[in-house]
Amino acid sequence: MSKVHVQTTINGEAVEYLCEPQQSFLDVLREDLLKQGTKEGCATGDCGACSVLLDGRLVCACLMLGVEAEGRTLTTIEGIASDDGLHPIQQKFLEHAALQCGICTPGFIVATKALLDKNPNPDETTIRYWLAGNLCRCTGYDKIVRAVQAAAEELAQEA
Amino acid sequence: MGEFAYVAPATVADTVAVLEEHASAGKRAQVLAGGTDLLVQLRGSDNEPRTIVDIKQLDETNRLDIGADEIFIGAAIASAVLYENEELKALLPGLLESSDLIGSTQIQGRCTIGGNLCNSSPAADTTPAIIVDSGVCVIATNSGTRELPAEDFCTGVGTNVLAPGEFLLGLKFPRPGAGTSDAYLRFIPRTEMDIAVVGVAVNVTLDDTGTCTAARVAIGAVAPTPLMVPAAADALIGTQVDDDALAAAGVRCTEASSPISDKRGTAEYRRKVVAVLCRRAGAIARDRAMGVS
Repeated sequence: MSKVHVQTTINGEAVEYLCEPQQSFLDVLREDLLKQGTKEGCATGDCGACSVLLDGRLVCACLMLGVEAEGRTLTTIEGIASDDGLHPIQQKFLEHAALQCGICTPGFIVATKALLDKNPNPDETTIRYWLAGNLCRCTGYDKIVRAVQAAAEELAQEA
Repeated sequence: MGEFAYVAPATVADTVAVLEEHASAGKRAQVLAGGTDLLVQLRGSDNEPRTIVDIKQLDETNRLDIGADEIFIGAAIASAVLYENEELKALLPGLLESSDLIGSTQIQGRCTIGGNLCNSSPAADTTPAIIVDSGVCVIATNSGTRELPAEDFCTGVGTNVLAPGEFLLGLKFPRPGAGTSDAYLRFIPRTEMDIAVVGVAVNVTLDDTGTCTAARVAIGAVAPTPLMVPAAADALIGTQVDDDALAAAGVRCTEASSPISDKRGTAEYRRKVVAVLCRRAGAIARDRAMGVS
């Protein structure tokens, strides 16, 4: 079957690609666009490692077709840091040692970005429920929750 | 990989035409809304070639209309979008609770109540709530649209009444008046990210004296399809929806259920839990209808 031409915006840049109709957006990102910060865990929408923002809304890149990016605006982990350095969320994940193997980390950071954009001062229960779709098999989650809280405080001070 | 194709028609008529062409040519076509079930299927055992027909470009499937008499929820509207609508949440709290229970934040950003219905899982969280809220399926056909009560939509595990060439445009609900409210509860062994072991939805209408004048009860994950249980509703009508009436309704739910035993729970356990959830959901719906919660 012929490939589909897609025009989209990823991390603020206009991007064009050709993809197979059945290719997931995650496959396009990793295999064709070589943006490999977004990870594949389960490929069935259960683990959150492939979290990206679609028009600002948190979704799993594995549950979205590459063709569905047409005309949309996407943010991946590569779009979180700025030229000035790491985003405060990334910085706090480092400071709080909220990662070990790191495979889940890009998904957690993107999911945290979506949370704090929507709710700058979430309580712990809100944080835990929001991140329930991001699985981490190393940390036991507590350090991640502390890092999210610290990032929220930091961003509140910056604002 | 075999022959996959993707189309995103701009009109309802074009969508029906694509679906009918495929049906008459003996080719497979499948409707895509949020994709949270479909893409898992494509990557799993069911990876046969097909044409994926995306319905997210249509005006009608994206329409959310809260009218004076009627509410319409387009089949392509993501659950997270519904949940952010405070007016809708106040009108149909049980329905929105049921849709908010599906999957994670990530899944919420894509999944739709129309897709949940059309996937036709016996354990679909929103279907019992759609049924008790008197949801009506608005189905696009080659001659326009047809309408069908939601309780008549699912025909078996993963099957429904949609004929080749048809697709769900959205769901319409009567706008609940004062004294009417709903609730949905499901049991899962964890607090988040699981499939219902049992789900129960209840909708009640109370008059000024607190007497129940109308009720609907539906159960999920305890039969091949979500089921409406008129006998349970009858046990509530004419009562104050007190403990005795709720207990009687719970017994009717147990009697109506025909669950299987699987890794999520035994049939015996499910028959018991369906009565418990009926009592609790009924009490929540009652309190909401009285405006005390």
